[in-house]
Amino acid sequence: MPIIFDHVTYTYAPETAYKKVALNDVSFEVKEGEFLAVVGHTGSGKSTMVQHMNGLEKATEGHVYFHGQDIYDKDFDMKELRTRVGMVFQYPEHQLFETTVLADVCFGPLNQGLEKKEATARAYEALLMTGMKEEQFLLSPFELSGGQKRRVAIAGVLAMKPEVIILDEPTAGLDPKGRDDILDMLKEMHEKTGNTVVLVSHSMEDVATYADRMIVMNKGQVFCQGTPKEVFAHADELSKIGLGAPSVSLLMDDLKASGMNVETGAITVEEAKDAILKMLNKNV
Amino acid sequence: MKNIIEASKLVFEYIHRDEEGNVEAIETALDHVDLEVKPGQFVAILGHNGSGKSTLAKNINALLTPSEGTLYVAGKNALEEENVWDVRKSAGMVFQNPDNQIIASVVEEDVAFGPENMGVPEDEIIKRVATALEAVGMTAYKDYSPNKLSGGQKQRVAIAGVMAMEPHCIIADESTAMLDPVGRKEVLKALHTLNKEKGITILYITHYMEEVTDADFVYVMEKGKVVMTGTPREVFSQVEKLEELRLSVPQITKLAYELKKSGVDLPDGILTKEELTQELKKLV
Repeated sequence: MPIIFDHVTYTYAPETAYKKVALNDVSFEVKEGEFLAVVGHTGSGKSTMVQHMNGLEKATEGHVYFHGQDIYDKDFDMKELRTRVGMVFQYPEHQLFETTVLADVCFGPLNQGLEKKEATARAYEALLMTGMKEEQFLLSPFELSGGQKRRVAIAGVLAMKPEVIILDEPTAGLDPKGRDDILDMLKEMHEKTGNTVVLVSHSMEDVATYADRMIVMNKGQVFCQGTPKEVFAHADELSKIGLGAPSVSLLMDDLKASGMNVETGAITVEEAKDAILKMLNKNV
Repeated sequence: MKNIIEASKLVFEYIHRDEEGNVEAIETALDHVDLEVKPGQFVAILGHNGSGKSTLAKNINALLTPSEGTLYVAGKNALEEENVWDVRKSAGMVFQNPDNQIIASVVEEDVAFGPENMGVPEDEIIKRVATALEAVGMTAYKDYSPNKLSGGQKQRVAIAGVMAMEPHCIIADESTAMLDPVGRKEVLKALHTLNKEKGITILYITHYMEEVTDADFVYVMEKGKVVMTGTPREVFSQVEKLEELRLSVPQITKLAYELKKSGVDLPDGILTKEELTQELKKLV
């Protein structure tokens, strides 16, 4: 297991009037090579949780293990952890700062201590992987559209070749096509490189389409976890904590409730279509 | 009844100049746009990033002056400079980012800022602020500091601030793009309430299709042109065309469309799961 959380508790501003427990006794594992989604509404602790994965926040209590090593040990190499666990923050395009796209993506690998030539090669590879075109590499990042800027920012993390890549709402504020482009790109990269992806998302539809497994956070605790199918089978419990399920899952439940003999559990449009066609054919 | 917003063959060009002031490039952001909004309507404008929808909003609010064509807002010609203040008073605007449109340190004072600037007498301001906060469901937070509010709550305060100026029309320019699903619902609900109960005309700009199913009329923009118009049902029945325009249709509409393509006898433009359940019931 690359990352294990063992009874992690995190308190913001302890011993002050603003004290707030953001994570409360959280335990779970990130499995090697999986596409893991983390969902939960604003304030549920999901961003705080992923920031523990590469040691940006230090747990008030409990332990985080990276490949079996306690990352809070005195002799643990935090810098290496941060290269191996890459983080793409919310609105990452706000962090672009170099004069050209290529230079911006080179910054990470150069900082890792790679030679200029090797860093450039990695930047090239990462930018192509995110779907940027070679003729855009020497443009200023500020000449690009919002969606393109975000690809460049993601490439900047990919160029460091992390084995785990964490993305905190990478599609926020993008239009539907831009959103699908980024997620398709991530899925393709995940399949090609086999690295582990942790995706923080608000969209149940996206989670249903892309993730292997999901963790639902509520009030600083793990509410439930499992494959999207397992989790969305409990749509009523999710709605109790202010989260939804994909609209097709809810539809299938409604159909069943109104007396139709249909198989529930579909989480994508494709699956719902198949289940409904099956039901209709049976009745013909 | 007379239209509150009426645009005919509206053109807006962004003119890029070099350091000496010579024209380098002309970008046509609005290309002969016709738009009609009647008082009390809830009109949605859809389009992906860069389609010209925000430019249109800024023209209607007199933040930008049209290059060609005609534009009347509440009977005033927006092309004439002397009308700028009247136009802005008639059409209030709520922007995308909740964090850069709140200026005061107390919610109540922030809402009072607009009318105070307009020279409204104090007792009248107090009344307006109370009504506006009530309408967006934020009365309980009137003494709060805005930085203690969630994104959705901040946007509702921003809406109250616009409302306190008593405009005929509120333009919401992607006001939900940076919010989580709960926040998005709150803001949309607040705008629908203002529309129904106070009769304020709403021009709702978004790229989330599922937010416009309750609108009276929908305009779809692409490359500065209006490319589709109609009721949500009329527009959403054209699934292929919408996908060509890089917009996605709500999951349920997409599912109904796919079922229809596979030979299931369904009407066009199904918008909600209730409708689809009803239609499928007839077939079983």
